[in-house]
Amino acid sequence: MNPHDEHKEGIGGMANPRRYGIERVAYWLMRLTGLGLLGYFIAHIYETSNILRGRVGWEEFLDLTQTTEGHIFMTLVIGMCVFHTVNGIRIMLGHGGIGVGKPARPDYPYIPASQNSRHKIGIYSAIVLAAIAMMYGMAVMFGE
Amino acid sequence: MAQAYEIDEKKTPTSKTITLRIARFNPEHDSDTTFMDFSVNVEKWTTVLEAILDVKQHFDHSVAVRYSCRQATCGSCGMVINGKPRLACFTKVSELNSDTVTVEPMHNFPIIRDLAVRFDRLFNTHHKVKPYLIRDDSEITSNTTKELLQSPEELEQFIQFSNCIKCGLCNSACPTMATDSSFVGPQALAQAYRYVADSRDKGKDTRLKIIDESHGIWRCHFAGSCSQVCPKGVDPAMGIQFLRGYMLGFRS
Ligand code: HEM
Ligand code: SF4
Ligand code: FES
Repeated sequence: MNPHDEHKEGIGGMANPRRYGIERVAYWLMRLTGLGLLGYFIAHIYETSNILRGRVGWEEFLDLTQTTEGHIFMTLVIGMCVFHTVNGIRIMLGHGGIGVGKPARPDYPYIPASQNSRHKIGIYSAIVLAAIAMMYGMAVMFGE
Repeated sequence: MAQAYEIDEKKTPTSKTITLRIARFNPEHDSDTTFMDFSVNVEKWTTVLEAILDVKQHFDHSVAVRYSCRQATCGSCGMVINGKPRLACFTKVSELNSDTVTVEPMHNFPIIRDLAVRFDRLFNTHHKVKPYLIRDDSEITSNTTKELLQSPEELEQFIQFSNCIKCGLCNSACPTMATDSSFVGPQALAQAYRYVADSRDKGKDTRLKIIDESHGIWRCHFAGSCSQVCPKGVDPAMGIQFLRGYMLGFRS
């Protein structure tokens, strides 16, 4: 360790979702799904650009999504989409100062009002809705 | 390998022996952190700070630790205890429910030695948000006996944020501080809100401008870890979202 080291916790600490409750899990999932969706978005543009290769090229590429791996991938995309959107709405409200509690004279044991049940319910709803959407998607894709 | 030491002390019927594992690091000659294990006897009420002081008194006085008040008031004794930032004087060994207590220096603060860390950055960011009442000079200098009255409701708006003891636990838990060397941090942002919310203050626009920069308030992702570790009920995450509420036009 360098004597002038800032001793920052680093990416490992930033991405460790285990220590600070469900809110930190949501933070971690939001980043992961945001990056996942960005990756999907880029891949999606690449995929749809196959139309330039004409009908055969287009259909060749589309066939990739008709495999088991393709279905699993699409299921993940559905889950990421739903979680990211629902949790994103919660975060946008929170960022506007909505639903984060009211200032008050703190009393021991100092339960922070911003980490309240409204936001926890929002996070659990995002997870549950994502799971339901994934199950529905799988039923449609694998049920063909 | 951790070195192991035992303190030969009289046990009482209610005491329990635990292993206190202390991170040792001296930036002047060590290249890496090593851990030393000490067996200490603790009672139900023994705090982690008392256990560390026990080690200093009976075994190794060179363990570097900063403390003063021993009652969660001075903000000196923040450290990572069993993985989470906490005040050593405000954390009882018994509440950790573990036979091994590991103490390490706080993350996101440079290490001076062992458990003692530098606070320069926290004091700088704290200072940056102008943590004092801003008034027109003429109001104060022309009438030095002027009182700025406040109702209990007005007091309620900021009193929780004025509880901050500058211990830095919030900055140590923050996921943005973990990777960003320039982020202003939850401690300073909460103090910006403390003064913005004070009915006697006129510095709202000045402070909002200070925190409206690329490493300012926008780096907060509302993970809330700051509020979960704060030992004084400040709830920095709440103050930060209120500030952002002003800036985004959700609040006025
Ligand atoms: C209606 C749908 C969406 C909503 C409501 C939404 C909302 C949000 C919000 C509020 C954040 C900030 C989170 C934070 O502060 O930690 C965010 C981050 C992000 N979003 Fe979205 N988003 C949506 C769709 C998308 C899509 C389609 C993509 C990909 C193309 C995407 C990619 C990202 C990325 C990469 C981040 C940054 C992640 C991070 O650094 O933590 N989002 N989104
Ligand atoms: S806001 Fe809380 S955790 Fe942060 S420095 Fe102040 S007292 Fe410590
Ligand atoms: S010794 Fe003062 S806060 Fe712990």
